[in-house]
Amino acid sequence: MLTNPAIDTVFFYLFALLTLGGAILTITRRNAIHSAISLIVSLLGVAGLYLLQHAEFLFAVQIVLYVGGIMVLFLFVIMLVNLDQMAKERQFNRGWMVGLAAVAAVGIEIGYFFYRGQGSFKLAEVETPPIAAGLGNTEILADVLFQKYLLPFEIASILLLVAVVGSVVMAKKRI
Amino acid sequence: MHPITELHYLALSAALLLIGTIGVLTRRNIVIILMSIELILNAVNINLVAFSHVYGQVNGQIFAIFVIVDAVAEAAVGLGILIALFRNKETVLADEIDLLKW
Repeated sequence: MLTNPAIDTVFFYLFALLTLGGAILTITRRNAIHSAISLIVSLLGVAGLYLLQHAEFLFAVQIVLYVGGIMVLFLFVIMLVNLDQMAKERQFNRGWMVGLAAVAAVGIEIGYFFYRGQGSFKLAEVETPPIAAGLGNTEILADVLFQKYLLPFEIASILLLVAVVGSVVMAKKRI
Repeated sequence: MHPITELHYLALSAALLLIGTIGVLTRRNIVIILMSIELILNAVNINLVAFSHVYGQVNGQIFAIFVIVDAVAEAAVGLGILIALFRNKETVLADEIDLLKW
């Protein structure tokens, strides 16, 4: 691969900063629209991480689908539902201390696992040979998706159809 | 500088997962709870793509596509429920919906 490790490192920390900074702003902002815009920044950071790992198709899907599709849906619903007094009210629920304590416990657990179990991340050798070089990422992905994973793909399309019909039915005024 | 390994990606993904969980557990606004769920699903995707990269296989990326499909379905249904809820209860705050509470 034509990559320079130093540049990779710099870009990794840049995208990690975008991702985590956007995520923290998303859950702390008072105004829901500011939250949504922070979430866009965070999702763009994740897209950059995909690009760093040579997952070019997922990079495009992340931007087109998440940033272009889901976020527009979120902004649309926020503007449909937004009440002016909602931003002035209490933003966190009464049990926030309990929630934060539970998350801190899980975080300490994960940190301890990373600290003690670093050696176990040396991954075993894979049985199947790595994918052939020379083909593009999208081409390889399409080959695998439409041959090996054809049935899950069809099930996913049915899931999307059900979700679309369900959301239209629920958002209707009278059925 | 240290080269970036899969451990960096796993740590980043764990941090993103924890931030998303804090959002789900502590916020009152349902729209922001749904956004936090998107953050959690993205953390899962980072993990899947990182392992896909390490192994030189694309199976992880295929799974990430399915996770994205689930995220889309979840967002559409969740926001549909939210609109129906707002029409009936005039609120988007999670702790004011307490009809089933003792």
